Amino acid sequence: MTVESAGWASPDAALALPAAVAVPLLGGLAVVALRRRANLREAASLVAAVATAAIVLSLWPAVEDGLRLRMWDWLPGISLVFTLEPLGLLFASVAGVLWPVTTLYAIGYMRGNLQRNQTRFYFFFALSIAATLWIAFSGNLATLFIGYEVLTLSTWPLVIHAGNEQAKRAGRVYLGLLLTTSIGLLLPAIVWTAVLAGTTDFVPGGILEGKAGTAALTVLFALYLFGIGKAALFPFHRWLPGAMVAPTPVSALLHAVAVVKAGVFTVLKVSVYVFGVDTLDVTGAAEPMMWVAAVTLLGAGLIAVTRDDLKERLAYSTVSQLAYIVLAAALANDIAAAGGALHIANHAAAKITLFFCAGAIYTATNRTRVSELDGLGRTMPWTFGAFLVAAVSVVGLPPLGGVWSKWLLLAGAADAGQTVMFGVLLAGSLLSLAYLVPIPARAFFRPPTGRPGDGEAPWTVVLPLVLTAMACAALFIGADAVIAPLNEVLESP
Amino acid sequence: MTAHLPALQVVIPLLCAPLCVLLRSRTAAWLLFLTAAAASLACASVMAWHVARGEVLRYAMGGWRPPAGIEYVIDKANVPVLILVAAIGLAAAVYGRRSIAAEIEDARAPLFYACLCLNLTGLLGITATGDAFNAFVFLEITSLSSYALVAMGRRKRALLAALQYLIVGTIGATFVLIGIGLAYAVTGTLNMADLAQRLPELYGNRALAAAVIFVFVGLAIKMALFPLHAWLPDAYAESPSVVAAFLSATNTKVAIYLLLRLAFGVFGAALVFERMPVTEIGLLLACLAMLVASAVACFQSDFKYLLAWSSIAQVGYIAAGFSLATADGVTAAYLHIINHALIKGALFAAAGIVVLRLGSARLQAMAGLGRAMPWTFAAIVVAGLGLIGLPPTAGFVSKWVLAEALIEDGRWAVLAVVLVSSLLSVVYVGRVIEVGWFRRPAEPVTVAKPPLSMAVATWSLVLLSLVFGFAPGWPIDLAEGAAAVLVGGVE
Repeated sequence: MTVESAGWASPDAALALPAAVAVPLLGGLAVVALRRRANLREAASLVAAVATAAIVLSLWPAVEDGLRLRMWDWLPGISLVFTLEPLGLLFASVAGVLWPVTTLYAIGYMRGNLQRNQTRFYFFFALSIAATLWIAFSGNLATLFIGYEVLTLSTWPLVIHAGNEQAKRAGRVYLGLLLTTSIGLLLPAIVWTAVLAGTTDFVPGGILEGKAGTAALTVLFALYLFGIGKAALFPFHRWLPGAMVAPTPVSALLHAVAVVKAGVFTVLKVSVYVFGVDTLDVTGAAEPMMWVAAVTLLGAGLIAVTRDDLKERLAYSTVSQLAYIVLAAALANDIAAAGGALHIANHAAAKITLFFCAGAIYTATNRTRVSELDGLGRTMPWTFGAFLVAAVSVVGLPPLGGVWSKWLLLAGAADAGQTVMFGVLLAGSLLSLAYLVPIPARAFFRPPTGRPGDGEAPWTVVLPLVLTAMACAALFIGADAVIAPLNEVLESP
Repeated sequence: MTAHLPALQVVIPLLCAPLCVLLRSRTAAWLLFLTAAAASLACASVMAWHVARGEVLRYAMGGWRPPAGIEYVIDKANVPVLILVAAIGLAAAVYGRRSIAAEIEDARAPLFYACLCLNLTGLLGITATGDAFNAFVFLEITSLSSYALVAMGRRKRALLAALQYLIVGTIGATFVLIGIGLAYAVTGTLNMADLAQRLPELYGNRALAAAVIFVFVGLAIKMALFPLHAWLPDAYAESPSVVAAFLSATNTKVAIYLLLRLAFGVFGAALVFERMPVTEIGLLLACLAMLVASAVACFQSDFKYLLAWSSIAQVGYIAAGFSLATADGVTAAYLHIINHALIKGALFAAAGIVVLRLGSARLQAMAGLGRAMPWTFAAIVVAGLGLIGLPPTAGFVSKWVLAEALIEDGRWAVLAVVLVSSLLSVVYVGRVIEVGWFRRPAEPVTVAKPPLSMAVATWSLVLLSLVFGFAPGWPIDLAEGAAAVLVGGVE
């Protein structure tokens, strides 16, 4: 095991990387050990979540030193490596900070809805977080692939948690699509990269420059982008709406944040650290995939408008918003890449809020359809207030965080001279306006139909969604703190 | 003492076999088999240590000098297989005591153990010998004892399976014998190293070409390479649990080793892979094996049959590796021999526990297994992920190395088939997991805990496959060393 550090941070700081992965894992084991005592079990989840968040956030001062922890030789010529760099730490922070909030929410939700098999639920939840952090800190593609597959497998039991026929069918689609793409496309792409470049390390500026012709790079880039099924590009997006049969905390943290962001995070890593933004720009290898992302962005937005099931509408909205980040990678310039990275944080805060709200509505009133929400705003003002805030952030209007990422993306499209993409981005925002904002509008302004609600959901459900809505606003004010370290990596060759 | 190790590791199990019969006691016979396996493992480990320092151990049987006498040669190409066979033998011994007690009646138990000892002898002998005819003799010892072992299965179908295995296996052995005979006819020697020296002058000789074809077809039967696999599903699925675990992990693997040794170390890659179209035929059959057998596995309703069909597909991966005839390809094949032996051994061992407790390995009977037998089920899940080849299991490592070898050689179509076959394995492993975890059993199942010894043996194989997935440095070194010896020629 060797530690490499470029700056003043003590090399021991690198040990925080495996520790951040190990803490959720230990939390998961504690959950199993305490399975007979529900209160202690939930306490173990919370403690692990808070500890993980603390460890991840404590790494920010060291991020400029570019820590590298080489564990041991794994595959021929390839080691198991963890690294600390801004993009990964940003993703880890998003997942790490939202985990304790979600745990609080999950305790209220799972108890409020009398769910079964809660120990299994909390165990696999913790395992998923460990895999997410593993992905975030991976120092090469091979290491990342371990976390990627573990994340697929550990979220599968959560998707089919209900155990009924519908859940099992969704689970089959989930595993089928994610494993098919990862084994059939992503794995060969990674092996091909290893053969071409002799390494799969993430290096600023990329490792593929001059190693292959334009045609080969174009095929390779397509293999990566379709192979990373978690990024949910058309036509491999079907697993995500299906996964909504899972309990809401799973949809909120995993299928709006951890899993899908692991996908687009991998896309960004591959574009920035494997291909290199300049190589992509010069060869134009990303051009075809840009169009796929654009089609996904608009197509998913159009589908979302037509969906009446609230969680399904949110899922298609996620597909559309993920395509923003993929499009950012395919635009192949540093402004767009920074916008894509920032959108990981912005969309995470906003979408988790939206899902929390969907779960709160379900817990309080058992309603799941948009058309049933008329007038609920009066009895659930906090929930729908938070919904409105998050919706506006997704659309990309001030004074909420979403405006900055959309701004950078538009600037990136302009910089690349892609006027069509500029229009696509704008049209996508208009679509999100059409599928999100009517929901709180109905709740606040239409007269109630049917039985009026009994008020808000329990406080453990409402408090988290208020917190995450506030985070959307905080990202408007504090965006610069996130972008500054990112720009340093993206601009340095 | 050290000088005699190459002979001892074969002789000890050979002597244990008649002792088992003479002592007529179940416990004594078990102890003898355990001792034989442990002693072989110890011998193999010491030899591995010598070989790792660059030595090649040669032993002239009975003091007769080669090439007239029989010579044992232990080098980097066979020492990993020796360790593998002996280690699996040890695991089978630990696993077997309770399993055999449940499946074989007292009167036959000593004979059963004697057959196991003979089987172990044969496998180790094939691997250690440097004499082509001697290899055939040991191949027959292994085969004959296997037929007897398979026939002891719990159902009547086991007899049919054994008969089928016997007929097909005998044809295979005869082919090997004819091939070796032809090689002897044209060269006048049976010593492998000697053959390797004399054969290059004879390239182009029709009889030699026939020898290669006979040997390869014969061994293709023994290793169950598609389409010569018909004996395998019944033989594995109907045999007693311990036999299924032991044979699946070792028998086909040793046949593959012998094929590698004869192809590279005796006939020579120049003849086999350049003058004859073995690469093309091998890759074609490998692809068919991966696709057809994986697809058939998806439709099995019995867990043991499913595993058996998956074995045929996995032999395809190995065949694809060595058919490339490059150092990387042979490394991949060799690595998969080791990794798949561990994984499939673990799975058949777990299936044996299921049969012991539920009385059947039909998937239907396995509903709710996750709750009824959590540890056994967890072993099936982890080993099953290895079968698919997901990281961080050993199966992933060998698939990675294989994919690299295929890309370097530009065999994109074969790579695609490997990936499709992996996806099919997702389907058949996924079916087992879904049934065990999420299908509610018709009536609640309550079963006693599995015997500790069986669980320990199963889990040690599972854990070893995980270790070889996370830190595969050692197996990769072994495979690369073996490939260097084989592809570089015997000396």
